[in-house]
Amino acid sequence: MSSDPGTAARGGHALRIALITVVVTLVALPLVIWVLGPNMPPGKATDVAKAQVFSNTVMLVLMTPITAFILVYLGYVLVVFRVRGDDVSRDGAPIRGNMRLQVIWLVATTAAVLFLAIFGSATLLTSNGSGGGQGPKPLSKPSGVALPVQVIAQQWEFTYRYPTYGGVETPQLVIPVDRQIAFHVTSLDAIHSFWAYQLGVKADANPGVDNVAYVKPKTVRTFSIRCAELCGLWHGYMFDTGKVVTDGVFAKWIAAQQTMFREVTRELPSYAKYYNPDPTNRAG
Amino acid sequence: MRRLFGFNLLTAVVLGIVGFYVGWLLGHQIHGKSIDYFGDTGQNDIALFVGYFVGVVGFLVGLGFANYPVMRMLGRPASVREKETGGVGRYFGLCTDHKVVGLQYLVGIGVFIFIGGLNAMLIRFELLTPNEHAWNANNYLTIVGLHGTMMMGMMTSGILGPFANYLLPIMIGARRMAFPRIEALTFWLLMAAGVILMTALGFGGFPTGWTGYEPLANQANWGMDAYIAFFALVGLSMALLGLNMIATVITMRAPGMRWGRLPMFVWGSFTTAMLMVLAAPVLISTLLMVSLDRTAQTGFFNPQIGGSSYLYQNLFWIFGHPEVYVLALPGMGILLEILPVFARKPVWGYRLAVSGMLGITLLSWLVWQHHLFVSGINADLRPFYMLSTELISLPTGFIFVCALGTLWAGRIRLTVPMLFCLAWIFNFLIGGLSGVFLSDVPSDVTTHGSFFSMAHFHYTIMGGLIFTFFAAIYYWVPKMTGYMINETWGKVHFWLMFVAFNSTFGPLLVIGFLGMPRRSVTYAGYLEGANQWVSISAFVLGFSMLIFIANFVYSLVFARVPAGPNPWGSKSIEWQLPSPVPVQDFDRIPTFGPDPYPYGDGVAVPGRPAVAPARPTP
Repeated sequence: MSSDPGTAARGGHALRIALITVVVTLVALPLVIWVLGPNMPPGKATDVAKAQVFSNTVMLVLMTPITAFILVYLGYVLVVFRVRGDDVSRDGAPIRGNMRLQVIWLVATTAAVLFLAIFGSATLLTSNGSGGGQGPKPLSKPSGVALPVQVIAQQWEFTYRYPTYGGVETPQLVIPVDRQIAFHVTSLDAIHSFWAYQLGVKADANPGVDNVAYVKPKTVRTFSIRCAELCGLWHGYMFDTGKVVTDGVFAKWIAAQQTMFREVTRELPSYAKYYNPDPTNRAG
Repeated sequence: MRRLFGFNLLTAVVLGIVGFYVGWLLGHQIHGKSIDYFGDTGQNDIALFVGYFVGVVGFLVGLGFANYPVMRMLGRPASVREKETGGVGRYFGLCTDHKVVGLQYLVGIGVFIFIGGLNAMLIRFELLTPNEHAWNANNYLTIVGLHGTMMMGMMTSGILGPFANYLLPIMIGARRMAFPRIEALTFWLLMAAGVILMTALGFGGFPTGWTGYEPLANQANWGMDAYIAFFALVGLSMALLGLNMIATVITMRAPGMRWGRLPMFVWGSFTTAMLMVLAAPVLISTLLMVSLDRTAQTGFFNPQIGGSSYLYQNLFWIFGHPEVYVLALPGMGILLEILPVFARKPVWGYRLAVSGMLGITLLSWLVWQHHLFVSGINADLRPFYMLSTELISLPTGFIFVCALGTLWAGRIRLTVPMLFCLAWIFNFLIGGLSGVFLSDVPSDVTTHGSFFSMAHFHYTIMGGLIFTFFAAIYYWVPKMTGYMINETWGKVHFWLMFVAFNSTFGPLLVIGFLGMPRRSVTYAGYLEGANQWVSISAFVLGFSMLIFIANFVYSLVFARVPAGPNPWGSKSIEWQLPSPVPVQDFDRIPTFGPDPYPYGDGVAVPGRPAVAPARPTP
């Protein structure tokens, strides 16, 4: 099809693009909201994971019409305004811009951006930091008492210390369901990152830093733990599986740990926000 | 024979190697043993650093960079060899012709990007299975680090090096860059840097990836020193290249070439150059601190003696985030330069596009801590960095709307360069939208440090920069060499690359969201099928590059179909000159009219650029 440079014809094209965009958006939106949205990572195992799923869904909904418009427009103009052959004797219409369209675009994108920033900040502040590491003085805290669990990263494993249970340090992460947990993440050497995928928690482990992340598990289940920051030779092997268990199981488990590691706990340095060995000792 | 024994590439290589060993011995005089708290590791970082430094100096002296200043200091007439106007020898040594430097860049950078691409193939080969099977953990990390570092270092100059050096003076009506010798220096520094990075393989590799995070970098073997020397030299090259571009655009525009008339490619290069000049010094000084930590036992990044691991992350990303826009802006310039030619329309919203580029240049300085959203530093500032990061989508949106508007009611020809530019729109759309997830802190908690963020920046850098890099090759190499690149094979290359690229990185977005961390030699078993799909797509992507190389060599060496001065029917000034462009560029300096893109049926074309009559090619 060859292009007609007349203004009326171009108005028709614009109308058709708008109509197709609306139709595509109306078809895509329910799929995004009811099919894709509920299945978005990282799942609904904890309060912060739920907050992330909601954020992801809202962003997808916002992106749907924008993506639909750009792709429909691109496809449409490439079909309608394409010419074959190498005839360069004729040019297209000399349109150098359209102030009204530019202003509409600017207003629309600004509104979308401001909405995203306000929505993101609100989610962050109302969901106790959404599971992300918030540094030593968290801005957004849960009400009530949280069970502190210290995550000590070192090359190349995580260990976990429970200060409210005599500072026992275990090689396994077990947490009780429906209790507010406060992870205190720190490192003994390089930078690591504690990523408990199904919990929706990620917090970098820096030497000499206490990085706090909150989470409240909602279901009894296992979850995978990985190091998410390149930390040297065996980074790829720094993974683990943690468990969310009921209160009763947790009480039994932690008592058993305290007994099993009694001798070890006595030798450990007393619980601190972080420990301070030399991180530069060449290893690997 | 004269060429064999003068200041040339051969001499430079010899002096470079001799210089390395001289520096090596000097370094051992400074400190006989390796320095380490826990005894001799057999690795003397001081000797290696001094070796690299003296080696680079020897290499540059061998090329003849010292001739001019030394002769002038001695009061003798300076050598004029670097200003030779003919002969193949010009391409193998110091030459101050901006067109020669452009072609040197194209081939030199192409070689290193090819090596970086091979590393990507090795990575994907390892990831065919969830467990380590091909390379051991140390080699895997080195391959990952070499891929990332090589690509990030070389592609900073991937478009400004070949294309802006060649075309920017012509586009603004100048016969040369402002500082031709510095222009040549930036190229040879980059080549020396690339070789130094390859030597990391001989020193046990380095485990840190391209980001070089501390304190891991301080623990690392002396392969790390190669990374440091490489990036410092790249930084120096970037800063000088940027300075040269800025000086050229500001001072050397021909009569009539006002700011409001600059071609879009010049705007893209100019804004990139501003980022380079301001960002590269941060990188160089940070790497100086890293090298002092490794040699003189300072403790900038050692928390035990008062340093901070956050300090490095902060400094690195203050450089690193403008750096990624150094990799985006030239692509946008090429996009808006080529779309008008094949839509046969002026750029839609010239001022909007320029303000988009300037806006990106400005905002890119305010977003770096989004790389540290879960690190625990400045957690209270996260809403601000969320806002500033999302604000960048406004100027990026300007580029999009200008590109889309330029296509409207045009006479669109789907040539190979045009296809690559249209692919930019699709790829950068996905890159931009995936960036929104990363900029949103709640969503970033899961996507941070995962394959999602890796796929995101491959969509913007490979989908954005590399695709427009190929657009530029297919579009401008006929101008630079005088021969067309075969169009049919170009289209085969494009479609294979476009499909394989999306088939590689699209699934990687999903894999990352499903919990696969970056730079990990193992991954969860349930992701094996998806990873095999990605690996095979990546091999097809690699194969499409072989098609390109074969087509490039075949077209330029064997087929040699003459391009003629203006094969695309472009109205830009470089296409009014003969192909390849003669040594003096113009017979006389042109005068420019008010319209950089005088396309359009039914209007009197105002002020086409006045150009010298065509001359026979030398």
